[in-house]
Amino acid sequence: MKIDIVVPSVGESVREGMIHKWLKQDGEQVNTDDVLVELETDKATVEVVAESRGILKIIKQAGETVTIGEVLATIDDDHAAALPAAEKSRKQSPEKATPSAAKLSPAVRRIVTEKQLDPSQIQGSGKDGRLLKQDVLAAEPSPPESPPPEPSPPEPPEPSPPPSAGERRVPMSMLRRRIAERLVAAQNETAMLTTFNEINLREIIACRQRYKDIFMRKHDTNLGFMGFFCLACTQALQEFPELNAFVAANDVVYHDYVNMGIAVSTPRGLVVPVIKHIERLALHAIEAQIAAFAAKAREGKISVDDMQGGTFTISNGGVFGSLLSTPILNPPQSGILGMHKIVSRPIVAADDQIVAAPMMYVALSYDHRIADGKQAVGFLVRVKELLEDPTRFVLEA
Amino acid sequence: MSSFDVIVIGAGPGGYVCAIRAAQLGLKVCCIDSRAALGGTCLNVGCIPSKALLESSHLYHLAQHGFAAHGIDCVEVNLNLAHMLRRKERVVQKLTKGIAYLMQKNNITSVHGHASFIAPDKIQVADRELTAAHIVIATGSAPVAIDCAPFDDIHIVASTAALEFTTVPPSLAVIGGGVIGLEMASIWSRLGSAVTIIEAQPRLLSDMDADCAKTIGNIMRKQGTTIHLDTMLTAATVRKNQVELTYGKHSQAFDKVLVAVGRQAYTEGLGLDKIDVPCNSRGEIEVDTCWRTAADGVYAIGDVIGGAMLAHKAEEEGVAVAENIAGHAGHVNYDAVPAVVYTFPEVAAVGMTAAQAQAQGLQVKESKFPFSANGRALAAGSSEGFVKIIAEATSDELLGAHIVGAQASELIAELALAREYRASAEDVARTVHAHPTLAEATKEAALGIAGRVVHR
Repeated sequence: MKIDIVVPSVGESVREGMIHKWLKQDGEQVNTDDVLVELETDKATVEVVAESRGILKIIKQAGETVTIGEVLATIDDDHAAALPAAEKSRKQSPEKATPSAAKLSPAVRRIVTEKQLDPSQIQGSGKDGRLLKQDVLAAEPSPPESPPPEPSPPEPPEPSPPPSAGERRVPMSMLRRRIAERLVAAQNETAMLTTFNEINLREIIACRQRYKDIFMRKHDTNLGFMGFFCLACTQALQEFPELNAFVAANDVVYHDYVNMGIAVSTPRGLVVPVIKHIERLALHAIEAQIAAFAAKAREGKISVDDMQGGTFTISNGGVFGSLLSTPILNPPQSGILGMHKIVSRPIVAADDQIVAAPMMYVALSYDHRIADGKQAVGFLVRVKELLEDPTRFVLEA
Repeated sequence: MSSFDVIVIGAGPGGYVCAIRAAQLGLKVCCIDSRAALGGTCLNVGCIPSKALLESSHLYHLAQHGFAAHGIDCVEVNLNLAHMLRRKERVVQKLTKGIAYLMQKNNITSVHGHASFIAPDKIQVADRELTAAHIVIATGSAPVAIDCAPFDDIHIVASTAALEFTTVPPSLAVIGGGVIGLEMASIWSRLGSAVTIIEAQPRLLSDMDADCAKTIGNIMRKQGTTIHLDTMLTAATVRKNQVELTYGKHSQAFDKVLVAVGRQAYTEGLGLDKIDVPCNSRGEIEVDTCWRTAADGVYAIGDVIGGAMLAHKAEEEGVAVAENIAGHAGHVNYDAVPAVVYTFPEVAAVGMTAAQAQAQGLQVKESKFPFSANGRALAAGSSEGFVKIIAEATSDELLGAHIVGAQASELIAELALAREYRASAEDVARTVHAHPTLAEATKEAALGIAGRVVHR
């Protein structure tokens, strides 16, 4: 019997993904629970496992875009044992399967495959709108004589000339495409503005120096900077709830909780796992979660669930050495804090003396539709106050 | 006075199909024909009886001349022409009765008599008056007579009588090298008549591909038919139960003369003058693209409007008109109407010839694959002929196909479908064809457009 391997549902709002890599070969004998394929969605990488033992027949190839429920491969459990070795190692057909190939005439099928055209983007002039060979010949990107068949959306034109020497063309990964989309959307759909401040981290550094070993012994986790920033932001968000709220049409949705997104860089791009109900967590629990996410991110195993539901984000460009930057909102969130590199800089101390201090510039980008300068600046000042004098966490929180 | 939604005048393939389609669409339909047996020229005195005799005569000819090659020795092969003609009649009767059954089944009122217009919505048949909001003229065509050899229906005959010769004429002259001429010549030649075809044009089958025409001419000559091209018949005199024909530089006596120089629209006694519907110089009723005549609610289809005089063309027009009357969007694609000549081997075509395409300013590619390189044709012992495909040079769209070969009539259907769907030659070439079949020659010819012929 043949068992279909389908694209699993990986969470709300995820409708398609890209096949990143087949871990098993076409025709290979697979066992139950073997990881067959890695799918990359815009939110996470998903592994699909074999539900039964048998011979794998790959239908969709690496690099292809697939939708939820689409059949990726089949496992034939009848011939599991009987297949000769030669058959097992036979290479898959060199011809790439074309989506909806069955609807195309044979010549059209060949041309769209060879020229890597998307048949759904070509206007058919045949019976009932069918694509004729001449339609797809005319749709070749090279001779730009004929006008585009449809008025194109205001995007850069898709068929660009082939890259010249010294250039490479690499398709964007699903994750990168999604990031790009969301960043542009954030710019277009919000009234984004950034306010800056600087924080003297002398007290925090001193605190870490003093307590990191005790902290480690007691909680089995590092005492880092990020935990303090999370605490400070959580406190400030409760005082300035607009920065923890969403604009939804003509309403503002306030949150009585804080789900803190922490931007983490991975080899495949930026991901933002979320610490849920951070307002209920103590510093050590926050640090433990951050460490857990960092480990997961390194292995590329951040799940869709891990990344959902954020109400505010902290992004740390400082790890790469950035002194100052303007972070971009992660819609529908209304605020994002950008942390930067800690630099020893001369400052004017309370007694008008010039002293060296470990300084960090911080940036808050916010949606001006929902928060005014008063709230945004107030928020950032509050974060500064708390971090420059951690005693206030105890006294004021 | 009876009243209908649609009256169809003529129960030939155009008329009866139109009537059935209209009835299927819920209309109250009447169909009038002057013949008692339905089916028009096609069923009674055209396509069907000729195909019955073509098949019978082909078998007789094979038994005499073809079986030996297969290792079958026939000691004595006798022709029973009376039986052959009776069989033909039975085939015709079976089919005409079939039409009568279909008319009944679809609740169509069938009226026998000669219809004549009183008004655009009123028809007289004998002493009956019938009215309908929509009247479809499907009166077909009749053989054209020529002045120098008028029909006497004994010696100088039209195709109808040539299907009913009770003895095989020792000699037969066929005036006209068109479809009917070649088919009739084939029948009687196979049955033993010395047949001479006299054609005024420099070629046979003037509407078809010149290559096909030349090929079938050569094959028929080999089969024993004498063909005179570019030769005018100038005189015909009946003398001593024979007809003395003068044509070109020749003068020769024939036992029978078949005049098959064409057919013309038949509108006699229809009373078109009563409804102000004129005929053009060829006697055809002129219609617009929806088959509407000059008179409101009066339509015309089939041979009576000219164009290709083919039963299937009339049928499609009948369907389209019925659908238009019922408020649907009937349409006929004249670019994809196949045509067949039932000689042996057969000649069949769809779409444009290379010459026609070039006359339209198109750049064409042409590819030809002979049946002599086709396994099935060789196995069957009928390897004469070829498949020729014409495609537009840049788009590769299949513009036409021209076949000479056994079963060309069946092979052309694939290419008509391809033409209808505006397929490219490559589409046909990339379609899997069963092996071994004659249709593989079609695939190979299509492959040849891209220079990819495999078996040659």
